[in-house]
Amino acid sequence: MEAPIHPMLIVAGVLGGVMLVAPGLIWLERRLLALWQDRYGPNRAGPFGVLVVLADTLKLFFKEDWTPPFADKKVFIVAPAIVVITALLGFVVIPFAPGFIVSDLNIGILFFLATSSMGAYSIILGGWASNNKYALLGAMRGAAQMISYEVFMGLSMMGVVLLTGSFSLQTIVNAQQDLWFVVPQFVGFVTFLIAGIAETHRLPFDIPESESEIIAGFHSEYSGMKFGMFFVGEYIGIILISSITVCLYFGGWLGPAFLPPVVWFILKTFVFIILFILLRASLPRPRYDQLMDFGWKILLPVTIINLMITAAIVLFNENSP
Amino acid sequence: MEATFYIASAVAVLATIMVITRYNMVHALLYLIVSFLAIAVVIFVLGAPFIAALEIIIYAGAIVVLIIFVIMMLNLREETVTQEKTWLTKEVYVGPALLSVVLLAEIVYIITSGETTSVNQPVIDATAVGVSLYGPYVIGVELCGILLMSGIVGAYHLGRQKKKIVHRFLEKIEE
Amino acid sequence: MDNRLLTMDITETNMFSIIQSMWLTFLHMFHKRETIQYPEEKVKLTTRWRGRIVLTRDPDMGERCVGCYLCAAACPVDCISLQATEDEHGRRYPEFFRINFSRCIFCGYCEEACPTYAIQLIPDFEMGEYNRQNLVYEKKDLLIDGQGKYPGYNYYKVAGLAIGGKDKGEAEHESPPVDVKSLLP
Repeated sequence: MEAPIHPMLIVAGVLGGVMLVAPGLIWLERRLLALWQDRYGPNRAGPFGVLVVLADTLKLFFKEDWTPPFADKKVFIVAPAIVVITALLGFVVIPFAPGFIVSDLNIGILFFLATSSMGAYSIILGGWASNNKYALLGAMRGAAQMISYEVFMGLSMMGVVLLTGSFSLQTIVNAQQDLWFVVPQFVGFVTFLIAGIAETHRLPFDIPESESEIIAGFHSEYSGMKFGMFFVGEYIGIILISSITVCLYFGGWLGPAFLPPVVWFILKTFVFIILFILLRASLPRPRYDQLMDFGWKILLPVTIINLMITAAIVLFNENSP
Repeated sequence: MEATFYIASAVAVLATIMVITRYNMVHALLYLIVSFLAIAVVIFVLGAPFIAALEIIIYAGAIVVLIIFVIMMLNLREETVTQEKTWLTKEVYVGPALLSVVLLAEIVYIITSGETTSVNQPVIDATAVGVSLYGPYVIGVELCGILLMSGIVGAYHLGRQKKKIVHRFLEKIEE
Repeated sequence: MDNRLLTMDITETNMFSIIQSMWLTFLHMFHKRETIQYPEEKVKLTTRWRGRIVLTRDPDMGERCVGCYLCAAACPVDCISLQATEDEHGRRYPEFFRINFSRCIFCGYCEEACPTYAIQLIPDFEMGEYNRQNLVYEKKDLLIDGQGKYPGYNYYKVAGLAIGGKDKGEAEHESPPVDVKSLLP
């Protein structure tokens, strides 16, 4: 199965795939949200309204790309680039199929954590450079939220790392041949998913951009394709978190042999993407202090206890035979 | 690999110079992030990927974010930039610059003397880091733990909310 | 305790209600769609829907509008303008009648104010234009060849006013004028 595919081909495949799926998610999200709200959603342009993505993109491209005169121009332009770059960098360590991985780093999970922690800068710098009070409020909320939830995200992943003894995602997936890690690490899975939602600042944790209180938060001043970058970056983040969840807890590409591994991986990832959209369709946004309370008073102890119990069990199993 | 090492080092040095010479605080911090990233690359090339990742997660990902957070709260404006400009005068930077020149001369001497270690070190993985942290250096880990604990306790004390009872004659602050 | 509940309600008390609400939302997948596919499928409008404004006619095809200006006075956005005039029989009618639909808010006050049921709002909203000037409707655009919501009503036939072809006392349900100079009943 270890087919020697040229690395650049893998890079092109992953990049092309992600950049194709991310705008497709705009359509998928609007259709699914409509489905859960007893509507049809976009169904005019093209079959099932798929071409609404094209219309959206064209609209964003032809909009005036306006930089406010009071903004800090350089930082204002850099911020939307950071969100897409960091989100795309995370895909470097994700194994889509055996051998189909850009780079099987032995610090895979840490690399993912590092890129996602750099993603916080897009929010902070975008909000600060806009020089707008709502943008600044959004940026501060985003900074606090992403730093806090990064901690729990890292801690909840460590349970899986303890069970496998490796940071490499390919090794982790291979270790799930018999049992998916969602069973022994259910608490870790739940906390990771919650932290992942907060990390991509999706609803119900879209506090940095909550349009009902602070207009659009950190990207209120953005227009045209710069806003489009934030938009697409968010969807890339969703794909990233979903695929990492699949790799860590749901056996990655593993599945019955009648489908090729990549198809299994994509199917599982889409289940999680749909879960993200279902969360958006059903849950209201918590208050900012509730989010912080929940993070530090519930998630942190739960993840630490989970980690300690896992470590104890691993140690016990190593010493007993 | 050696080329990456030298490029990353050059980037780190340049970015750090930019950090010092920027008048705008946030721009300086942006260069600081670049500097941290370059240092992470240097560490990675030297064969310590675990520390490189931690460098990015903790320094570039968390600490600089917190510094930017504080700077955003301070609401710095144009006048601080001009104020900053008046501070960076010749008298201020001549002393540190001279001392740095001494250090630079030392580094140049060490490099030219030929007793340098190769860039291609054996890779130190996470297990080795963990074993050395909880083996020979366990006292350092314990001390760090105590320090961080005291920090958390202090932060909790500062951030503690006292419940204020608003009443016309029973007004008090509940502990 | 109460304060604690306030801040922790999303986690402690409602953990399962979150999952329940997600499940309920998911079940909406199988419900009936509420959307009306508009251009193909028209909206069912009620008869009292306040839409496009028309000027109606009598059963004998005379203009109902008598140019009293009450609609223009009642209009809160001042979108109606008209000029009253009189024909050779003494019957009043508007020389021009203009409604600026880019201003109109379809409040229906003009219909309420109209003493002759001439101005009426009908259930039709499909009046979009690419050129804003086209939203200014003149009398020829407003006047319809029909009686609208009040069929059979003819103002001049029930009003006591004397006009050409109809003298005092000749209207419906009207007795001949009393001769005030005479004492006989």
